[in-house]
Amino acid sequence: MTKKEIIERAGRAKAKKAALGEDIVIENYVTGKEHDPLNSLGDFPEEYQQDLLDAGIEPSEKDRSGSFLQQDCSVVFSTVKYPGLELMSTTDAMKKHDWLEDYLWKAVPVDIDKYAAEVELDQTHGYFIRSEAGKKVTMPVQSCLFITSDKIGQKVHNIIIAEEDSELHIITGCSVSHAVNSALHLGVSEFYVKRGAKITFTMIHNWSRGMEVRPRSAVVIEDDGVFISNYILMTPVKSLQMYPTAYCVGRNARATFQTIIYAHGDTKIDSGSRAVLRGEGSRSEIISRVIAADNARVIARGDVIGEAANAKGHIECRGLMLSDSAEVDSIPELKATRKDLDLSHEAAVGKVAEEEIQYLMARGLSEEEATSVIIRGFLNVDITGLPDALARETKRMFDMSLEKVM
Amino acid sequence: MLEIKDLTVEVEGKEILRDLTLNIERGEVHVLFGPNGCGKTTLLMAILGLPNYKVKKGCITFKGVNITDFPTNERVKRGMGMSFQHPPEIRGVKLGDMVNIAQGRKEEKIDENVIDLAKRLNISVDFLNRDVNLGFSGGEVKRSEILQLLAQSPDFVMFDEPDSGVDIENIELIGKIISELMDRNKMPSKRKKAGLIITHSGSIMRYIKADRAHVMLEGRIACSGMPDEITKNIMENGFEKCVELCVRSEEVGAE
Repeated sequence: MTKKEIIERAGRAKAKKAALGEDIVIENYVTGKEHDPLNSLGDFPEEYQQDLLDAGIEPSEKDRSGSFLQQDCSVVFSTVKYPGLELMSTTDAMKKHDWLEDYLWKAVPVDIDKYAAEVELDQTHGYFIRSEAGKKVTMPVQSCLFITSDKIGQKVHNIIIAEEDSELHIITGCSVSHAVNSALHLGVSEFYVKRGAKITFTMIHNWSRGMEVRPRSAVVIEDDGVFISNYILMTPVKSLQMYPTAYCVGRNARATFQTIIYAHGDTKIDSGSRAVLRGEGSRSEIISRVIAADNARVIARGDVIGEAANAKGHIECRGLMLSDSAEVDSIPELKATRKDLDLSHEAAVGKVAEEEIQYLMARGLSEEEATSVIIRGFLNVDITGLPDALARETKRMFDMSLEKVM
Repeated sequence: MLEIKDLTVEVEGKEILRDLTLNIERGEVHVLFGPNGCGKTTLLMAILGLPNYKVKKGCITFKGVNITDFPTNERVKRGMGMSFQHPPEIRGVKLGDMVNIAQGRKEEKIDENVIDLAKRLNISVDFLNRDVNLGFSGGEVKRSEILQLLAQSPDFVMFDEPDSGVDIENIELIGKIISELMDRNKMPSKRKKAGLIITHSGSIMRYIKADRAHVMLEGRIACSGMPDEITKNIMENGFEKCVELCVRSEEVGAE
C-alpha cells in the first residue's frame, strides 16, 4: 500500500465508529503548543516528577538502556545508551529508514476505526524502538507518553521491532498531570517479533478521571518468537477501551497477556486481549485480574482463535467485587477452526470471602489489614519471562500503584 | 490461663453451646472428644472470637482478662493461636506470607528460623512459595497450619483435628512437634503454655501427653477425666456410653 492509499483509506474511516466502547468526539481535543526539548529527564518540571515515577519511569535513567519522553504532542527527550538498540520518535525513524513504511499499518489496519484513522491523518509522533538482530538488550528501555495540557489530543504511532534472535524489554508509562481535567490519548502500537526474538512489554497506565483513552495495539510474532505483555492500571479513567491482538503467525510463536486492573471511582473500562494462533504449535495465555470498586464498570474480555495444528490457548479471567454499585462483565471467547488444538478458559467473579478474612485475623491481622492482604493477593499475578531485575522492578511498581489506592 | 464460664453460643441463630464451663491452667493440655456436630469446633471458634459465633451468655477469661467481647486479632495478640481443620484457600497469598503474618513481620523475606522449622516438618522452600491451601493435600494442610503456629508461637494453642488426613508416617512427626508447641517436652514446672486439642480418632494422642480429657455431647461437656481412661471408654463403648459411665461413677463418688 502506498502512502497515498493509506491516507485515502484513513480518510474513508474518519467517521467509522469503533466496534466496542462509547463513541468519543475527537474534535473536542486539540494539538496544543510545542514543548522545548530537555537535556535530561531530571530537567522535566518538578511538578511532574512524581507522575513520571508513578508511571514506572526512572528519571535518573539508572538501569535503563534508553529513555523516551513525549510531552503532549512534542518529543522532549530521547536517548540510547546501548549499542544495537534504536530509540527515537517514529517521525524521525521514518526519515531515517526507508524500509520502515513496510511496517506501518501492517499489524493494525488503518481503517479499523476512526481512532486508528485519526492517528494516520493527524499523527503526533510516538516512539520507534528496535533491537538489532542477535542483540539481547536485557536492560529495559523506558518510554513515557505524558499529557500536561488540558484538552490535548495525543495521537501517537509506536513501532516496536525485535529483529531475529534479539531481545527487547520495554517499560512504558502513560501518565497525565493532575492539573489536566480532560484529554484524549490515541495510541497505535505495532509490534514485530521476528524469528527467535523476544519482547516483554510492561505498561503502566497512570490516567486520571478526565481521560479518554483508545489504544490500538497488535503484535506479529514469527517462528519461536515470544511476546509478553504486562498491563497495570490502578488509577481512575473516564473511558478506556482496548483490545490488543497478538498474531502468532510463526511456528511455536508464544504470546502472553497479563492484565491487572483496579477500577474505582466512575471508571469505565472495556479491556480485552486477543490471540490468533496461526502458526503450528503456537501458544497463548491470557490472564486478567479485575477489581471493581465504587461505581466502576469493567468489561474484561479474552479471545483466543485457534487456526493451526497443535495450537494451545488458555484464558483466565478473575474478578473481585468491592461494591454493590460496581459492575464487571467477564467475557472469555474461544474459537477453533480445526481439530488438533487445545483451547480453554476459566472465568470467575466473586467477593472477598468472610472465611479468608477470619483466617487472617486468626493469624493476628485486623479486619482491614486482612482485606488488604486478600486484595493484594488477588492481584498478585506471578510475572514470568522477565529478567530478574525487571521482575523485581515490576513488582515494586505494582506495590507502589497498589499502595496509592489502598 | 483460660477460664470459660457458663458459655452459651449461637451460630446463625442456632444455639450450639449451652452453659459450657471449662478451665485450662497454664502448663496443661486438654483433649476434647465428641461425635460429629456436638459443638467441638464451635467451642474453638468461640474461644478465638470469630464473628459468626455469637456469645449469648457467659464469659471467657484469658490470662486474667475478660476477652468475651474482644475481636479475634486482639485475642491472637494476647497469645492465642489455632490450627484450622479446613482453612480456606487464598489466591496470591503464599504460605510464606502467612508465616510472616503470623510472626508479625512486615518483610517479604522469610525468617531463617522458620525455614529450619519448615524443614523439620518436611516443608520445602518451594512449598512456602505456593498459594496457601490451594491444592494442598490433607496432610499438607496440617503441616502448613502447624508451621504457621510455630512461627506465631502462641501461649495457648488450639488444634482442630490435627491428625485428620495425615498419613501414618507423619502422625508421629506432627504429634511430636505439637507436643513441643505446648511445652510438653519440658518439665511440668517449666511449662508456660497450654493447649486444647480436638480429635476424632485419638490416634495422635499416642504422641501427645494430655492432662485431661473431656467428652462433649450436644453443646456441653458431658464428662471429664483422665485421658487414658476416657479414651479407653470411648474406644470400647462409644461416646454416649462413655458419658453414661462417667455420670454413674460420679454418682457413686457422691455417695
